[in-house]
Amino acid sequence: MSSMYRQLIVDRYKAPLFKGKLDNADIHFHDANPLCGDEIEVFVRLDDEGKIKEAKFDGTGCAISQASVDLLLEGIEGMTPDEVMGLDADFIKEMLNIPLTPVRLKCALLGLKVLQAGILIHKKKQEAGES
Amino acid sequence: MISITEILKDFPIFETKIHGKRLVYLDNAATTQKPRQVIEAISQYYETRNANVHRGVHYLSEIASEDYEEAHNKVAKFLNAKGMEEIIFTRNTTESLNLLAYSLGLNELEKGDNIVLTRFEHHSNLVPWQQMARRQGAEIRFIEMTEDCRLDLASAEKAIDDKTKVVSITHMSNALGTIIPVKEVSKLAREHGAYMIVDGAQSAPHMPVDVRELDVDFFAFSGHKMLAPMGIGGLYGREDILEKMEPFLFGGDMISIVSFDNATWNRLPWKFEAGTPNVSGGIGLAVAIDYLGKIGFDKIHYIEHELTEYAHERLNELSFIKIYGPEPKYKGAVVSFAMDGIHPHDIASLLDEDGIAVRAGHHCAQPLMKMLGTDSTTRASMYFYNTKEDIDALVESLQKIYKLFS
Ligand SMILES: Cc1ncc(COP(=O)(O)O)c(C=O)c1O
Repeated sequence: MSSMYRQLIVDRYKAPLFKGKLDNADIHFHDANPLCGDEIEVFVRLDDEGKIKEAKFDGTGCAISQASVDLLLEGIEGMTPDEVMGLDADFIKEMLNIPLTPVRLKCALLGLKVLQAGILIHKKKQEAGES
Repeated sequence: MISITEILKDFPIFETKIHGKRLVYLDNAATTQKPRQVIEAISQYYETRNANVHRGVHYLSEIASEDYEEAHNKVAKFLNAKGMEEIIFTRNTTESLNLLAYSLGLNELEKGDNIVLTRFEHHSNLVPWQQMARRQGAEIRFIEMTEDCRLDLASAEKAIDDKTKVVSITHMSNALGTIIPVKEVSKLAREHGAYMIVDGAQSAPHMPVDVRELDVDFFAFSGHKMLAPMGIGGLYGREDILEKMEPFLFGGDMISIVSFDNATWNRLPWKFEAGTPNVSGGIGLAVAIDYLGKIGFDKIHYIEHELTEYAHERLNELSFIKIYGPEPKYKGAVVSFAMDGIHPHDIASLLDEDGIAVRAGHHCAQPLMKMLGTDSTTRASMYFYNTKEDIDALVESLQKIYKLFS
């Protein structure tokens, strides 16, 4: 069996590239996995064309959840929020490229879930502002 | 005396390879493995004696009924109850405790009464009482934990008073291993006329239990944590109390005479066993008790205590490990720990890659974890079929994990 913990996962857990907070974020959401207590807060700033310019996260939890969100934020630079809404579990699995058990897949997906929830809230706010 | 090699031969699961490696099973507080004798008894029951109980006069039904009753007798002896009438079969500890919470809660608990628990309770001895307290307007109180994770008996004296209707406490913490001095607490419950309930899910598998010597009214346990199959558990209840108590589940088998608008209850223990029971489970439980008897609790205690001390010693050599809970002499074979900078789920996943099964998480004791200043730990829990080699494998794997992350 190949390990769930390939070097990239461990490295990005120990030294994440996208950890931090952003002031005046356009998209901001915070949630936890009630089963294991992992927590993730995401911050996203959009550019003038509405594309993702900068993203950060803050959080605590297992290496899978934390490395996964760090890699995710790297991957979404330049995407539109709608494109991010189209990402699914398969995208995360491919991105991590490790054998995940069903339980640990939930850890891996936490970041995407939080990010997508933040985007939905952002869109609702925008719609409310426009109408 | 039976040797460890012989014991291991009785447990077919140890022939299973986990990711190509030897299985190191250290999750016994969650459930134990089953000996061949138990597995065979269950299949033999289905192959040769299966029938519904208490309903037929045909041969198979009578045999099955006899076996099922005999299983009650066996549990009665195991717990030193007076007899079968004091032993109710349930699915597990959770159901036993719900039986009590519903029956006592709905019929006896009044506004202004209080229920006393400890800080160590498993969710199954906390949540049912929370619900009943809310419903009836009763108060929940807690006997505190000391700095060194033992029961604070002084606080028990404060918590239990004349308004206490129920004292319900665990016999051994599944999260930390702490053994609770039940007898001291039951003395206090007696002084104040409260029902005394013990959650024995973690004690019945590991130590001799004598409900009369402990002087308790109820004792709940799960078969699956003591070699028996899943789906069978039990509740000891003092006969005179059970006689007066209202049933929890209603339906077939638990009745005596039924008319279209009324019903009377069957004799004990059947009054509390509604519907077709888990006969094969009961038979498996009886065989599990025989198996434990063959090994003997003296030997079980000796093996487990040695293993716990050895685990403490080995883990204490690792500077990056912090053990939660009391010293080995105050606890059962459970070692709950944390590792610097590595999440318990990662530890458990990585141990699994080495064939080592442990539990990571809050161990169904979220409030207790919070008190300890964490939300999860990694827990290794042993049984008499574990060995020092299992602990060595754990330690070696933990060292590897620490290196990977540093
Ligand atoms: C102390 C304690 N109480 C109750 C339970 C619940 O047992 P079951 O899930 O078999 O009902 C457990 C099992 O984890 C336990 O360890």
